[in-house]
Amino acid sequence: MSYPDPTIPSLADVVSQRVDHDVGNTPTKVAVDRLNFFYGQTQALEDVSIRIPAHQVTAFIGPSGCGKSTFLRTLNRMNDIIPGVRLTGTVSIDGQDLYAPQTDVVELRRRVGMVFQKSNPFPKSIFDNVAYGLRINGLTQSRTELEDRVEASLKSAALWNEVNGRLRDSALALSGGQQQRLCIARALAVEPEVLLMDEPASALDPIATQRIEELVYQLKRDYTIVIVTHNMQQAARVSDRTAVFWLGKLVEYDRTSQIFTAPAEKLTEDYVTGRFG
Amino acid sequence: MSRKHVNQLLDIVLHAAGLGATLVGLIVLCALLVDIFSDGLGRLSWDFLTNFPSRRAENAGIFAALAGTVWVMTLTAGLAVPIGVAAAIYLEEYSAGGRWSRLIEINIANLAGVPSVIYGLLGLGLFVRTLAFGRSVLAGAATLALLVLPVVILSSREALRAVSPSLREASYALGATKWQTVWHQVLPVAFPGILTGMILALSRAIGETAPLITIGALTYVPFSPDGIWSPFTVLPIQVFNWVSRPQEAFLENAAAGIIVVLALLLAMNGVAAWLRDRYQH
Repeated sequence: MSYPDPTIPSLADVVSQRVDHDVGNTPTKVAVDRLNFFYGQTQALEDVSIRIPAHQVTAFIGPSGCGKSTFLRTLNRMNDIIPGVRLTGTVSIDGQDLYAPQTDVVELRRRVGMVFQKSNPFPKSIFDNVAYGLRINGLTQSRTELEDRVEASLKSAALWNEVNGRLRDSALALSGGQQQRLCIARALAVEPEVLLMDEPASALDPIATQRIEELVYQLKRDYTIVIVTHNMQQAARVSDRTAVFWLGKLVEYDRTSQIFTAPAEKLTEDYVTGRFG
Repeated sequence: MSRKHVNQLLDIVLHAAGLGATLVGLIVLCALLVDIFSDGLGRLSWDFLTNFPSRRAENAGIFAALAGTVWVMTLTAGLAVPIGVAAAIYLEEYSAGGRWSRLIEINIANLAGVPSVIYGLLGLGLFVRTLAFGRSVLAGAATLALLVLPVVILSSREALRAVSPSLREASYALGATKWQTVWHQVLPVAFPGILTGMILALSRAIGETAPLITIGALTYVPFSPDGIWSPFTVLPIQVFNWVSRPQEAFLENAAAGIIVVLALLLAMNGVAAWLRDRYQH
């Protein structure tokens, strides 16, 4: 086999096949202004400002340790559970400041769902996994309503056909890719507005990865999606806008096709061409 | 001898020494069991289990002590487990960690090493006299509950720590409160470990003699407890009482009593093992 393998598309090929959606006039869903984030004394994010549009897929890329996962977690206040963290600046969704004292964090986390890098289904049945969010938030009135919503979520996550008929089985018996789709279904069950995905396919094989990417593409019709990925081809395939992070700073933020074909910053160009990271 | 030969010899010697040390423990245990069983097995009978104590060795039975032990053990578990697990949950899930938490943890670990007779003195002053429980099953159980509380707290905390943080994260990300997360996700997963801790605690408590004598458990009890306010005796005290008699026949009774204690211990461990197995999927 000659190297490089011509059947594997280059980044340029991937980008050229994209269909660019006009992101110019889309309303902003998440607005971040001058965010600084600290783990104790260490500063993890420096002066980050960004506007994430509704019903689009925004990708955060950058080398390991650049702060993209930390930033993702500030969007649903998951960093609150770590002791010793603090931040300055504002993060708001639909104009409401997430870090205002009267914010209901529980309600926030229902509106902003999260899917983690390593799938973490509860050691319960498939049905109970998806129903958990509905039960603890008291979102359904009857057993039939609960069952209907579980079915709808599993269908949205493209998992229904594979698990219908064995909803009582343990979630841990599913394959890696199925478990991750179950986690997506679980997050969708509480009907969030924003879905945060932290490298959702990094632990999966290529076929499972492809299914997740197709799912993300379908989901943006109903949700705003922010996806952290270290796989640049994935970012190029799946996202409408891309934000490049480096050492806690936001280096560049633009339409995906722009970032991968004609980036404005040298740092961005070096990163996407693989010169570092 | 060359360096290499010395190392090889050392290897063999240490292997043999380790094996020997293990065997010492095993042999002593076996010798103990053989001695007990040879003395006591003949004495075990339905009469023995259902009779009350008597001045005549052949009529003496263990029923009062057995009933007392069951009463006290049940009540001790009922007091120690909820308080201990709740304390472990607070320390692990709610407290912010840091210096206070470490200080509390060290103190709890130290309490586990305090001689049990001191708990007896505490129980005498606090439960028997100040709170006026009297020399009752309740006072005995409360004293033993304090005694085993450190064990329950520490082992429950270990069980809670062993639960993967990603499970908690998944729960929080769905909008669960801390309490919902603990109740629905963490506790079910930690349950086998907590159960183990509970059995460890009860296994310690079942053999405790000094604190119960101190709080006033009786040694000659011709009745079984009729409530938590009733006077009582327990198996180890009954055995102790028989062993202090000069007649040979009472020594046989004592040995048979010890077999009953061992059987109870085995039964408790068996139930715990079965429950752990069921909940571990």
